[in-house]
Amino acid sequence: MNLTLKIWRQKDSKSKGQMVDYKVTEISEHMSFLEMMDVLNEQLINNGDSPVAFDHDCREGICGSCSMYINGEAHGPDRGVTTCQLHMRMFKDGDVITIEPFRAKAFPVLKDLSVDRSAFDRIQHAGGYISVNTSGNTQDANATLISKHNADLAMDAATCIGCGACVASCKNSSAMLFVGAKVSQYALLPQGQVEAADRVKNMVAQMDLEGFGNCTNTGACEVECPKGISLENIARMNRELLKANF
Amino acid sequence: MSVLDSKVPKGSLKDKWTDYKDHIDLVNPANKRNIDIIVVGTGLAGGSAAATLAELGYNVKTFCYQDSPRRAHSIAAQGGINAAKNYQGDGDSTYRLFYDTVKGGDYRSREANVYRLAEVSTNIIDQCVAQGVPFARDYGGLLDNRSFGGVLVSRTFYAKGQTGQQLLLGAYSAMNRQIARGKITPFNRHEMLDVVKVNGKARGIIARDLVTGKLERHSAHAVVIASGGYGNVYFLSTNAMGSNATAAWKIHKKGAFFANPCYTQIHPTCIPRSGDYQSKLTLMSESLRNDGRIWVPKSLEDAKAIREGKKKPTELTEEQRDYYLERKYPAFGNLVPRDVASRAAKELCDAGYGVNATGEAVYLDFASSFERYGKEQAKIHGIENPSSEKIIELGRALVKSKYGNLFQMYEKIVDQDPYKTPMMIYPAVHYTMGGTWVDYNLMTTVEGLYSIGESNFSDHGANRLGASALMQGLADGYFVLPYTIGDYLSHEIRTGKIPTDTPEFEEAEKEVKDKIDFLVNNKGAHSVDYYHKKLGKIMWDKCGMSRNAEGLKQAMAEIKALREDFYKNVSVPGGAYEMNAELEKAGRVADFLELGELFAKDALVREESAGGHFREEYQTEDGEAQRRTEFQFVSAWEYKGEPADAVLHKEELVYENIEVKERSYK
Repeated sequence: MNLTLKIWRQKDSKSKGQMVDYKVTEISEHMSFLEMMDVLNEQLINNGDSPVAFDHDCREGICGSCSMYINGEAHGPDRGVTTCQLHMRMFKDGDVITIEPFRAKAFPVLKDLSVDRSAFDRIQHAGGYISVNTSGNTQDANATLISKHNADLAMDAATCIGCGACVASCKNSSAMLFVGAKVSQYALLPQGQVEAADRVKNMVAQMDLEGFGNCTNTGACEVECPKGISLENIARMNRELLKANF
Repeated sequence: MSVLDSKVPKGSLKDKWTDYKDHIDLVNPANKRNIDIIVVGTGLAGGSAAATLAELGYNVKTFCYQDSPRRAHSIAAQGGINAAKNYQGDGDSTYRLFYDTVKGGDYRSREANVYRLAEVSTNIIDQCVAQGVPFARDYGGLLDNRSFGGVLVSRTFYAKGQTGQQLLLGAYSAMNRQIARGKITPFNRHEMLDVVKVNGKARGIIARDLVTGKLERHSAHAVVIASGGYGNVYFLSTNAMGSNATAAWKIHKKGAFFANPCYTQIHPTCIPRSGDYQSKLTLMSESLRNDGRIWVPKSLEDAKAIREGKKKPTELTEEQRDYYLERKYPAFGNLVPRDVASRAAKELCDAGYGVNATGEAVYLDFASSFERYGKEQAKIHGIENPSSEKIIELGRALVKSKYGNLFQMYEKIVDQDPYKTPMMIYPAVHYTMGGTWVDYNLMTTVEGLYSIGESNFSDHGANRLGASALMQGLADGYFVLPYTIGDYLSHEIRTGKIPTDTPEFEEAEKEVKDKIDFLVNNKGAHSVDYYHKKLGKIMWDKCGMSRNAEGLKQAMAEIKALREDFYKNVSVPGGAYEMNAELEKAGRVADFLELGELFAKDALVREESAGGHFREEYQTEDGEAQRRTEFQFVSAWEYKGEPADAVLHKEELVYENIEVKERSYK
C-alpha cells in the first residue's frame, strides 16, 4: 500500500518543530509500524535527508522504548499493543497517518519522535524499591507466605513497562497509572510493608515535582495501556496515600 | 601458544568457593569510599553488580545506551530461572544442577565456575523474593516451580511468561535504592566507545552522550563490562535492535582475549521472516513443542502450491505430510534438542520444502493435540459419543489454557489463527555463548577489567539449557563479582583518584573522535543497514547452524571484502554532535564486521560438532553431531590487528567430577 505520513520533525529540544509530509510506497501489510518507519528512513537516507529519530529496541512489546502517538492515540489504533507490535494491516492503502511524539510537559522532546522519560526513573529513585541489602543473606524465599491472589495482583501491577502511554493519553498528562502500578506492586506484598508509608508519600511528591498532572478518572490511560494496567492501581495508590497521612 | 591460567582455586569442587571467599583480601569500608568502579551495561548482570557494589560502599558509575536501565534486553526473557532449591522434594541438589548444566553445555564449560553457579543459585531466589519480585505462588502461598527442557526435576522459578522482566525490574529497583543514596551515578543514553588502560590496567572509559554527541572521559579503579551478547552480528536475531558487540569488541582490541566466538544458540521455534524488510525475529516459547507436531509437505509440488497460496496446509492428508522429526528421531520425536530440531528444519527448507512465501518455514501443528485433549476432556466431563466438532472445541479450549498468550502473540504478528491453521516456525539466532575470556575471578586478560553475564564466554560452553542464562547474569552480579573484585581492589587502596587529563585518556578519546569524524564525513553511497544485512546473510548462510571449512573460508574473505567496502562507501547522515541513531549503528556495524570474521575463523578451527555448532565434515554416520575430545578446550583469541591474524590461546577443560558422555536422540 501507499501512504502519506505527517510526522513531527524537531531537530533538538531547543528548536521549534513542525509537521512534515512524507510518502511511502509498497508497504506490506505484514510489516510492523516500526518496519514501515525503517522503510521511510532508508528512503530519507538514500535521498541524503536526515532520518526520523524514534525510540525502539526489543521490538517484541516488552522493553517499553517505543513511544509514538499515531492518529491521536498512544501506540496507535490497535488495543493492548506497543507501537512495535502494531501491524500495517490496521491501515488501508491511501491512508494519511499522523505521527507525533508523546506530548507532556514532563516528557520534553529530544528529537523528532523521541522524548525524555527520565522523570519516570526519578519517581522510582524516590522510593520504587524495597530496602534490602543485596548481600545474599536474606531469609529463605518460602519463609514468607504470600497468597496466590496477592502474588497475582502484584504481578499484574508489575507488568507495567514504563512506556508512558498513560501520560500521553491523559488530558492532564497524569502519571498516576504508572505510579499507581509501582506503588501497588509493593503494597500487595508483605516485603514492602515496613516502608510503605514513606514510599507512597515520596513517590507521589516526586511525581508532582516532575510536572505531571492529576487524575480526573477519565480512564483514557487504562484504555491505551499496552499492558492492560487497571485503574484499580490508582485507587490503591490513593488509599495507600491516605493511610500514610494518618 | 601460551597456556591460559584460569585461576581456579585448589581443593575439592564443593569447597572451592567457600575456601576462596575465606582467604581473599578485603577492602575496609572506609577505603571503599575512595574507590570508583565503572559498570557498562545495566541488564541482569550489570544492574545487579552495580547495585551490590554500591551497597558494599564503592562509588559506582553505570552506563547504558537505553534511556533507562529498566529497558535492557534481559527484560525480554520469558520462561524462568533455575535454582537448586529442591522445594519439590524431587531429588534436586547443587550437584544435579551442576551436572545438568555441564552436560547441557556439551562438556565445553569450566567445572569450577558451573559448580559455583549452581551453589549460589538458591541465594538468587531468596534475594529476588526479598526485593519484591512477584514469582508465581501456589494456593498455599509457597513458590511454584515448573520443569524445563533437558532436566528431570522441577527447578524453574517463574513470573508468568515475563520472568526476565521481573528479575530485571528487581535489579533495577536495587539500583534505584543506591541511586537515591548517591552511591550509583547513572549515565543513561550513553555508549562506551573505548576502554582506557594505564600501565596495563583498565582505568576508565571513553563514552559518548547519545543525546548531545559529546565525548566524555570517565576514570575508575576497575571497569566491569556487562554489555550482553552479539547475536545481532546476524542482523536478524531475537536480540533487541540496539544489542551490540561494541564494548566487548573494543576491550578485545585493547587486550582482552575473545573466547569461543563461534558458539551460538539457535532456537528452533521462532516466528519466521516474512520479507526482506524484516528487522527482527520473535521467539515463541519452546514449550510449544510438547504438544505440536512438526511437518512439511512430502512432495515438492505441494510445498510450491502452498507457498503460492494455491493450497492450504489443512487440505493435505496425513499421507501427504512428512513428520520428519518423528521419522528421523523416533525416540525423541518433536522433542529433540534445539540444535537438532533447528538443523532439520533448515535442511528441508533448503531442499525446497519450506511453506511460507519466503520458503523458510515449517509447520508446527496442534491438530492432533486438539483431538487427543478433546477426547480426554469429553471423558472427564462425561460427554458420551461427542461429535468431532465438540472434540476439537474441547481440545482447543485446553490448549488455549496452556499456551493462550503465545497463540495470541502469533496471531498478532502473522495474522493467522493458529487454532485453525498450523503455526509456521523457523529457527533463529537467540543467544551467544562466546564472549570475552575470563578467569575464575571473572577478570579478563586485562588487569582490572571484568566481564560478566552474556558478555563473557560464560560458564556454560556450547549449549545452554533454558532458564540458565538469567541465573548466570544474576549470580555474577549479585554474588560472584562483588567478592572477586574486592580481592583485586584491596591492592588499589593507595592509588587515589585517577585523573582523566593524562595522555592515555587523551589518546583514547582522539582515536574515538577520529573514527566518528571519518564516519560522518564519509558520504558514501550505502546506508549502514545495507552493510548489516549483507553481513547477516553471510553469517547465516556460512556461519549459521551448519558449517563447513570451505564455506567458512569463503565467509572470512567475504566479510573482509565487505568491511573494506563499508569504509569506502558507507553513508552516515547527520553530524557527530547531535542525537544520531545512524552514527550509533555505523560504529556498531563496523565492530560486527570485524567480529564476524573472527567468528568464522574460530568456527574453522573447531573441527567438531557440539551443541549449537554443527560442522558438516564431523558428523556420525547417521548425521549426528560428532564431538571430538581433542577439542575439549576454550579457544581464546588474542587481537593482532586484522581479525584473520588473531592468535589462538587454549584453555584445556578438565572434567574431574563428571564423566564425559556422548548424547544420542535416536
